[in-house]
Amino acid sequence: MSDLPSSVLYLDGINVSFDGFKALNNLSLYIEPGEMRAIIGPNGAGKTTMMDVITGKTKPDSGEVFFDGAVDLAKLDEADIAQLGIGRKFQKPTVFESQSVADNLQLALSGVRGVLETFLWSASAKDEARIDELLEIIRLTRLRDRMANSLSHGQKQWLEIGMLLAQDPKVLLVDEPVAGMTDSETVETARLLREIAQNHSVIVVEHDMSFVRDLDVKVTVLAEGSVLAEGSLESVSADERVIESYLGR
Amino acid sequence: MITRMLIRSLDKGSYWFLGLLALIALLVPILHLLLPPESALHVPGYAVALMGKYLCYGLLALSVDLVWGYCGILSLGHGAFFALGGYAMGMYLMRQIGDRGVYANPELPDFMVFLNWSELPWYWYGFDSFAFALAMVVLAPGILAFVFGWLAFRSRVTGVYLSIITQALTYALMLAFFRNEMGFGGNNGLTDFKDILGFSLQSDSTRTALFAASAIAVGLGYILCRLITRSRAGMVLAAIRDAESRTRFLGYRVEHYKLMVFVVSACLAGVAGALYVPQVGIINPGEFAPANSIEIVIAVAVGGRGTLIGAVLGAVLISYAKTWFTGELPELWLFALGGLFVAVTLFLPKGIAGFLLARWQAFAERKTAPGTAVATNEGAAQ
Repeated sequence: MSDLPSSVLYLDGINVSFDGFKALNNLSLYIEPGEMRAIIGPNGAGKTTMMDVITGKTKPDSGEVFFDGAVDLAKLDEADIAQLGIGRKFQKPTVFESQSVADNLQLALSGVRGVLETFLWSASAKDEARIDELLEIIRLTRLRDRMANSLSHGQKQWLEIGMLLAQDPKVLLVDEPVAGMTDSETVETARLLREIAQNHSVIVVEHDMSFVRDLDVKVTVLAEGSVLAEGSLESVSADERVIESYLGR
Repeated sequence: MITRMLIRSLDKGSYWFLGLLALIALLVPILHLLLPPESALHVPGYAVALMGKYLCYGLLALSVDLVWGYCGILSLGHGAFFALGGYAMGMYLMRQIGDRGVYANPELPDFMVFLNWSELPWYWYGFDSFAFALAMVVLAPGILAFVFGWLAFRSRVTGVYLSIITQALTYALMLAFFRNEMGFGGNNGLTDFKDILGFSLQSDSTRTALFAASAIAVGLGYILCRLITRSRAGMVLAAIRDAESRTRFLGYRVEHYKLMVFVVSACLAGVAGALYVPQVGIINPGEFAPANSIEIVIAVAVGGRGTLIGAVLGAVLISYAKTWFTGELPELWLFALGGLFVAVTLFLPKGIAGFLLARWQAFAERKTAPGTAVATNEGAAQ
């Protein structure tokens, strides 16, 4: 428990099973404030389930999940957890297709969430300025009024990252951000994530090794629902067990 | 603030639509009441009632479009809310009959005398007051929608499963209302109404007043739907429709939004039913029939889902077609309806309104300067 106060995310002894299949097996993970962490692991290692547990989509069978040292995430639902400041990006880019790029960001902006508040709400100059700023960061300024469904795959990924930033979360969970991207888009995404990591804690789940190398951060290797190794990419790549379960395939 | 919200919510198309409704609300009564019956432009009484009925379906279609077109909740049981509003109005109209019924019982409606009931059941209390009945027109469907929606949305029942249980809901209510013991007139329902607020339902002026009230109700219902869909809450609804879990992970309580829009929609449907009953002169359990709810969904699809105006248009068109078919070729009506649904799905996936809108936008784009077109192309190339 000594890690508890300083960790922004604290997972300890998490077990989750689906119909007898153990998706997470005594998983423990600690994320420091402002830290960026890459999570790698073969298919079925439990990466997405881990994110589901943190964001409240899946309840752990046993174990503890704490946010910011004090908040028990296992007791909250998705909306509560999102409002606490945990943002999540899906593997498949999920944006609101029938709304404009600016409206997508507008919806994500932190603040009003209640039914009556949103009904009576009207845009403030401050919100507009924040949206312009976000559009700069994700390089979509010129596409501000475009419908999201007309964006390319890479642009949708960036828009979704922009929406996460608009939420102003303390922790960002990013699931395979470069899957299906071109090489130049991948480089651009790595730049974007490093920029974000300057003032947020970020967890990136990724398959793409060259991308993880680009990020240049501490790596956690998951296998069969628990942590296999942790450290720099070089040190975990040298680990026998990691090579056996994943890299050496 | 209300003015500002109204201005924000209404566009050019809205003003045209509302203007047209106002014109109909004025013109039809004038042509009916002021022109002599011999005149070619005279609108006969039955036609006024018929058009009033179409407008009620238009309001019901608006309510369906609000939940289906804007929040992706496909309700196949909206006829239940319509019928509940209708029964609430029907109960008031029954109480107005007083001792003019066949059995001339001042306290009990005819069907209760027939069943040898000695006193009015408790749930009929208060329905001699028009204000109470009006409150029930909104509350009965609203409360049912709240309880149903609270259970369904909290358990995250979505998609086709939700559609099926809404269908089951209206079917169950139909079976319940068929029973004489329920105290709503059983199979025959409520009928033989005499007057509303002291005005005879048979008179031309009452008929036109009800027609105008229906047109105004469609207009107000439309404005309410626009206020909701054009607000940020409306953006959240569309977000839920397009990517529900994304919306949840942004921190929105999806079930609250769904519940809100479902209840508002049910109340609108209830008002539609309440206006419908005095114009057709009867309400019976047949209004709960699943086919009614499906018909209105088809009307929304034909008119254009998610366009509001299209929904009203679709409902009026479908109801008119139904009147024509059931008069001329009654056995073919369901085939025609099914065929129309298939044709619209194949050739006009966005319905009539969606098709016209796309045409209009293409036309407007051709009018704009070529410079703007280049700018959008650059954006695409980026």
